[in-house]
Amino acid sequence: MQQQELIPHLFRTEFRKIASVLCEFLGIERIEVAEDITSETFLQALETWSYKGIPENPTAWLYTVAKNKARNYMVRNKIFTKKVADEIRELNAKLEIDLSDKNIMDSQLQMLFAICHPSISTKAQVSLALRILCGFGIEEIATAFFTNKETINKRLFRAKEKLRLEKVDIAFPPESEVDKRLDTVLTTLYLLYNEGYYSESQDDVLREDLCAEAMRLTYQLLENERTDLPAVNALFALMSFQSSRFAARRKQAGEFILYHDQDETLWNHELIAKGTYYLNRASTGTRISKYHLEAAIAYWHTIKANSTEKWSNILKLYDHLLELEYSTLAALNRIYALSKVKGEANAIAEAEKLTLTNNHFYYTLLGELYRNVNTIKAKENFEKALALARTNTDKQTISRKLNVQ
Amino acid sequence: MQEFVLIMRHEDGSKVASPEQMQIWMKQTMEWIESIRKQNKFVSGTGLLFDDARVVKSNKLVTNGPFGDIKETIGGYVIVKATSVDEAVEFAKGCPVLLGEGNSMEVRKIANGDGVH
Repeated sequence: MQQQELIPHLFRTEFRKIASVLCEFLGIERIEVAEDITSETFLQALETWSYKGIPENPTAWLYTVAKNKARNYMVRNKIFTKKVADEIRELNAKLEIDLSDKNIMDSQLQMLFAICHPSISTKAQVSLALRILCGFGIEEIATAFFTNKETINKRLFRAKEKLRLEKVDIAFPPESEVDKRLDTVLTTLYLLYNEGYYSESQDDVLREDLCAEAMRLTYQLLENERTDLPAVNALFALMSFQSSRFAARRKQAGEFILYHDQDETLWNHELIAKGTYYLNRASTGTRISKYHLEAAIAYWHTIKANSTEKWSNILKLYDHLLELEYSTLAALNRIYALSKVKGEANAIAEAEKLTLTNNHFYYTLLGELYRNVNTIKAKENFEKALALARTNTDKQTISRKLNVQ
Repeated sequence: MQEFVLIMRHEDGSKVASPEQMQIWMKQTMEWIESIRKQNKFVSGTGLLFDDARVVKSNKLVTNGPFGDIKETIGGYVIVKATSVDEAVEFAKGCPVLLGEGNSMEVRKIANGDGVH
């Protein structure tokens, strides 16, 4: 017997393709059936290939099994509901499950829009996307979210229930709605990426997989001319810039290596070039999205050397970002940029106006700003930050700052 | 040389594993079988599916099942050649099914009709 090597992640890759096509075929109300049939297909592969070897064309084998299982399900269900032979004959005509490359691509894109439906919470959207569109298991999603399986199961169950109740169409949204619906899709992809990038999980491989999946889904949007829009390009650029620092920031002793301490020779220049390319492609149209601004900020961060030009540009971008969409984190980052342009004293004065007294990032920033100005105040602020920090990663990072005081 | 069947018993066959996990299990199972095959001690083996499973009872009543969610299910078996039960047990110990908590392997000698066993 010829021992064939299996492509890594083949099951996961094929899961999302088969599941998407079956969801589209069976309709949103049978999303669980689609998942079950897909899982059973891999179980059958596991029970067969393990002993008999991997078939010559594993993908074709999987598609045939999945099609047969779906067909059996349909026939059986029809028999149970209506024992009418005519119906079965009619059904047989409709039973062509299309697993062509084109239909797989279309189904995945349609599912992306269905899953990122405004009727369900973004957290649920991210979980559901991981399950259906990325082929992750419940346990893997739980690990990524740093929670337990029950929480994820409940979240997925409710989300599917909601999609069923809302009778969400698995279809490409009409031209007039694409922009609006795409906003939700991009938010979900952005969160999915951040989930990987900032996750508390110690599993580096899993975290980077999450980011890679978010990039893959975003790229799928770029591959379709109807969704190859400036904001999508900008988001992809942002993800590319962030990912370029993966190797350099990889956790050591449970702690991310912070930007300033990174070995920039480990930055991935191919991804930086990719980011630059897509940021250029994003620079058309009249609308500037937050992804444009964040990608531009991320672009400036790919230049390690400090310069007035770098920081004044970053400051301007943060000003713009805050006008567009205020967030505490962006406000704090802006103050850091301000300190680089106008000095610590000015930044401290602005920071103290924010009075974010229950935010550990706020006190960490103040500690940082006071470091060269007033060591006692710096220490006080770091201590306040430490008391407020919730995650181990944050606690360790702050402790280290306290120690080098 | 005698033949033994190594039966894989799963505590709960209904647990839905992730595709990634299934691929890992498959790789482990293939490596396990390969290690037996290399010693020329592998006879045959197969997995057992729950699809269309039926139970035929003594009054010839046919029911659906067993289903994966009953307490103990048989996931598959392999037949190996071994000089003693101890050797067969060593083969069984290598089965990746044992990585799952609550799972077990049953080792049974196959009656070969030579009048000795």
